[in-house]
Amino acid sequence: MTPLTHTTSANTLLDVGNLRVRFKTPDGLVTAVNNLNFTLAQGETLGIVGESGSGKSQTAFALMGLLAKNGLIEGEARFEGSNILSLNDKAMNRIRSKDIAMIFQDPMTSLNPYMKVGQQLMEVLTLHKGMSKANAFDASVKMLDAVKMPEARKRMAMYPHEFSGGMRQRVMIAMALLCQPKLLIADEPTTALDVTVQAQILTLLNELKQDFNTAIVMITHDLGVVAGLCDKVLVMYAGQTMEYGTAEDVFYRPTHPYTQGLLKAIPRLDSEGSTLATIPGNPPNLLNLPTGCPFEARCEFARARCLTETPILNTFVSGQKSACHKSTEGWAV
Amino acid sequence: MLTFISKRILEAIPTLLVLITVSFFLMHSAPGSPFSGERTLPPEVLANINAKYHLDEPVINQFFYYLGGLLQGDLGPSFRYKDFTINELIAQSFPVSAEIGIWSFLVALTIGVGCGVIAALRQNSWIDYSVMGFANLGIVLPNFVLAPLCILVFSIYNQLLPPGGWNGGAWPYLVMPVIAMSTSYIAQIARITRGSMIETMHSNFIRTARAKGLPKHRIIFQHALRPAMLPVISYLGPAFVGIITGSVIVDVYFGTGGIGQHFINGALNRDYSMVMGVTILVGTLTILFNAIVDVLYALIDPKIRY
Repeated sequence: MTPLTHTTSANTLLDVGNLRVRFKTPDGLVTAVNNLNFTLAQGETLGIVGESGSGKSQTAFALMGLLAKNGLIEGEARFEGSNILSLNDKAMNRIRSKDIAMIFQDPMTSLNPYMKVGQQLMEVLTLHKGMSKANAFDASVKMLDAVKMPEARKRMAMYPHEFSGGMRQRVMIAMALLCQPKLLIADEPTTALDVTVQAQILTLLNELKQDFNTAIVMITHDLGVVAGLCDKVLVMYAGQTMEYGTAEDVFYRPTHPYTQGLLKAIPRLDSEGSTLATIPGNPPNLLNLPTGCPFEARCEFARARCLTETPILNTFVSGQKSACHKSTEGWAV
Repeated sequence: MLTFISKRILEAIPTLLVLITVSFFLMHSAPGSPFSGERTLPPEVLANINAKYHLDEPVINQFFYYLGGLLQGDLGPSFRYKDFTINELIAQSFPVSAEIGIWSFLVALTIGVGCGVIAALRQNSWIDYSVMGFANLGIVLPNFVLAPLCILVFSIYNQLLPPGGWNGGAWPYLVMPVIAMSTSYIAQIARITRGSMIETMHSNFIRTARAKGLPKHRIIFQHALRPAMLPVISYLGPAFVGIITGSVIVDVYFGTGGIGQHFINGALNRDYSMVMGVTILVGTLTILFNAIVDVLYALIDPKIRY
């Protein structure tokens, strides 16, 4: 695979190059993320989209240094110029939550049920900012106010089980933003919430993004989330980049058949009665990836070449990238 | 919380009553009597003794005599140790067992939890395997083997410790009974702690704590240890009762004079009031410590409120 040219400019915050994540399992090496490349500027929002098992969460865990013990990382991730993948746990601890924070998919279990919410918030500030308890308390209350938590002061003394799912995710977001990190990694932050709460959380993230000028990596399988929030979109499939470009390009001018399939599969209110479009088949087994294009088996445009040769990620004039023989060769449909 | 505790105390009364009734009748339905030894007594003497202890009356009457005494805190006279009441015998031997027990408990808790946590944090490493190997050894090595081994090593091969006796609980007399008593508990506690710690360390809120950049020792002590201790605490309630009410092995091998000997001798001698006495003691302690465990649970887990 030819290396990608990176548009590294002065305000580049995160520059991920040839990231590969593999897991040692009793059945052999499983490649969860394969040759991932993307850049993120300050204040920018990148959406990583893909179905379950496409490697999007493992990308996030790799960046945070939270991979499971059997995980192996290759490649680099330059955060403000230095490769954070090579840092040891102690050095990484100085960055976690302070410069790069993360919110998780399941707010119901991501807070410690045995500790008061206030204590869980305050420990971030006493740890990274060296604040006194009193100052940390005030700053935490302020942050809970910022995520629109009603009666924030009173909530500090409450335990997670006294909060609803949406409120817990607000606590998680507040916790992540306490040190005003430069980068926020949100791993499916709305998946476990019901639809109205999802909308509230997304609105909140959108506002906070502007208030704090935080860059966000938004990991999701919900294209609606991406449309409302993201500047750039990276579509992943079987651990690989299928398409990468600005949100506008990817949504309005998708070049990859997988992206096109995903966009067609969005349920629409105005097309009631018609059958929901789907992509037939299942993602390939990561333990034993096919030699050609990983999407070949499910692609309606597949030709002989797709079976034998993995398409490289090709860059178009617009800067949009796509890993597909069809889009590079301009096959007639 | 106070209403919970008083409710538990009130609940304990019928439980104890059932315990007393069942064990009383069970014991009296067993063949033999305190005075039917190998050396048969002359019938006249036996009749006199039976009359003295009400053994010639129906069992139900004996039960009410016993209950009457119990209400006044009197566990009755021993059928075996003449001139001693059960109250005196328990008052003499229980403190000995309790002292060995409390030390054994503290030793077992510290070493057990420590080993369990270390093994869990180094899961599947040689440290884990060796700690758990020793724990398994502690479980399979019965204390009737361990006790004489201790005496051999510490008293006979090396004259470090007295082989037995009590001497008011001076520490050289405590060491070997505590080793014999605590080993299997260390092993059990280590195993439970390890399992529960591993489970806790894999939970989502520990991942959150790691994402916060907390150093490892703070993750372990502030975030993981409390939830990981819950299963250990539910084991410790009944275990504590077992450990402070002593062991016949310890009493026999080390001649400490604890209460453990009375469990066996009471039953073998058909010393009715002794069997009842130790049963009531263990029953009361069990109920008490289960209540304490419930209170501890509420203190640790904010979701539990009484």
